Amino acid sequence: MSRIRLRWPAWTAVAALYLLHNDLWLWDDPRRLLGLPVGLTYHVLYCVAAAALMALLVRRSGGGEGSG
Amino acid sequence: MTLTVIVVYLLLVLAIGGLSQRLLRRTGEDYFLATRSIGSFILLMSLFGTHMTAFALLGASGEAYHRGIGVFALMASSSALVVPVLFLLLGPRLWELGKRYGYLTQVQFFRDRWGSDGLGLLLFGVLTALLVPYLVIGVKGGGVTLAEITDGRFPEAVGSIAMCAVVLTYVTAGGLRGTAWANTFQTLVFMTLGAATFFLITDRLGGLSAALDRVAEVDPNLLVRGERIGKLELLSYTVIPMSVGMFPHIFMHWLTARDARAFRLPIVAYPICIAIVWIPSVLLGVLGAAEAPGLQGPAANSILVKMISLHAPEVLAGLLAAGVFAAVMSSLDSQALAASTMFTQDVVRHYGLHDEMSDRLQVLLGRLFVVGILAVSLVVALTADRSIFRMGVWSFSGFAALTPVVFAALYWRRSTAGGAFAAVSVTAVLWIWYVARSWSDPGYTVFGSGLKPAAVMLLASAAAMVVGSLATPAPDPRRVARFFDDGR
Repeated sequence: MSRIRLRWPAWTAVAALYLLHNDLWLWDDPRRLLGLPVGLTYHVLYCVAAAALMALLVRRSGGGEGSG
Repeated sequence: MTLTVIVVYLLLVLAIGGLSQRLLRRTGEDYFLATRSIGSFILLMSLFGTHMTAFALLGASGEAYHRGIGVFALMASSSALVVPVLFLLLGPRLWELGKRYGYLTQVQFFRDRWGSDGLGLLLFGVLTALLVPYLVIGVKGGGVTLAEITDGRFPEAVGSIAMCAVVLTYVTAGGLRGTAWANTFQTLVFMTLGAATFFLITDRLGGLSAALDRVAEVDPNLLVRGERIGKLELLSYTVIPMSVGMFPHIFMHWLTARDARAFRLPIVAYPICIAIVWIPSVLLGVLGAAEAPGLQGPAANSILVKMISLHAPEVLAGLLAAGVFAAVMSSLDSQALAASTMFTQDVVRHYGLHDEMSDRLQVLLGRLFVVGILAVSLVVALTADRSIFRMGVWSFSGFAALTPVVFAALYWRRSTAGGAFAAVSVTAVLWIWYVARSWSDPGYTVFGSGLKPAAVMLLASAAAMVVGSLATPAPDPRRVARFFDDGR
């Protein structure tokens, strides 16, 4: 079966990352980090974190198991 | 030079389409779904190329020119989590059901899931109504871009006609396989060109740090979110990418997977692909505000073209045009094929010819519908004015609001056709209401609060799905078992 079964820690991680998209604390911060405005660097790293979380979820959920 | 690069690029795409035709088995399943044989890398490139439009290159830089770095958070990283989560929860499951019961379209799945012909017809109408404006925008966008890049030497019609002719050729020749191969090539082209343009231009500007310093002197607010991005807007914008859950062309690509394992790479790599395409677009738009100030409204969408003409050789303008064509055509092909598949399977086959429809006839009708859809889109694109582009956001919002329907179908046993009817109807009514209200005010938000109407539509659709299902008799357990208990 390809039905995805995620346990609560996985859902918590997804919800936490979803909330972290709203980086209100960097809203007016003019500093630079890694050569970019920090508000942009944060969201680039957010994409990397999303990829890492998805790798973990794919592994843990058994998503994509079986060849049909 | 610009024209030569574009012509060479279009010929390369045609050659790829021609190669794929050699593998076409002339069965309906092969033409419409490449016999469910697509591996993980081509699936990733097809899904990503289909999802990204010319907006990711030109519209994003234009928005960033006016609103600054916050555009990346608003339109790019908002998709980085939402889209792959939807791929994970919906893609493998729908692929498996599609393979087990032989679905070629979304409507076939929903009609079978809830045993309702009427629901299938309603969904067909709504999905087509949302998809066609999206097609028209792509056709018009290609023409407008060529006209702008060549400084008006080529009128809008030339770009639109050339693009439709190329897409028509490789889609009708190679079906979904041709589309997937061409998409892969085109996605690699626009990902590479965006990054190359960025590095070349920032190098000419004395490096990224020096270029950002100039922006800080001219308009420091472009380097923070400040007042230009609303906090509620950022939160509610994450609803828009949910549209991938109901796009007919994304659904079609999901069904082409060779096996469920093919979904792993698209799910994991999607956020990185988004960053690769959007970082250069947003940054070049922001840097453009210091290099070419004074562009008003939609005129800023040509900032990438202006930056190239100011800081890069002419050949790059041709390559950028090729990149924009790539982004447009890699969406247009799948949308045209998805619309043609729906017409062929959900109307002609379901209501007319049933199982008397041979594979050859399915392929023939599929090809004729692609010709018809592209011809209609071309005529509308050439006659409509630029206000048609506003329909783009609304197309996404409508599909996003329908997402509760597919979740209920896959994860809620008690859901019923009545609930799905209610959700689709509520979405359609609210969509018309909000489009009418926002037509004269493109920046419209709910009560001026910053809340995107898509968020309200999504909540109303989900509520209608729940209330409608609970208010109607429970579904037949045998039907439910087919979708939840391994088909037993």
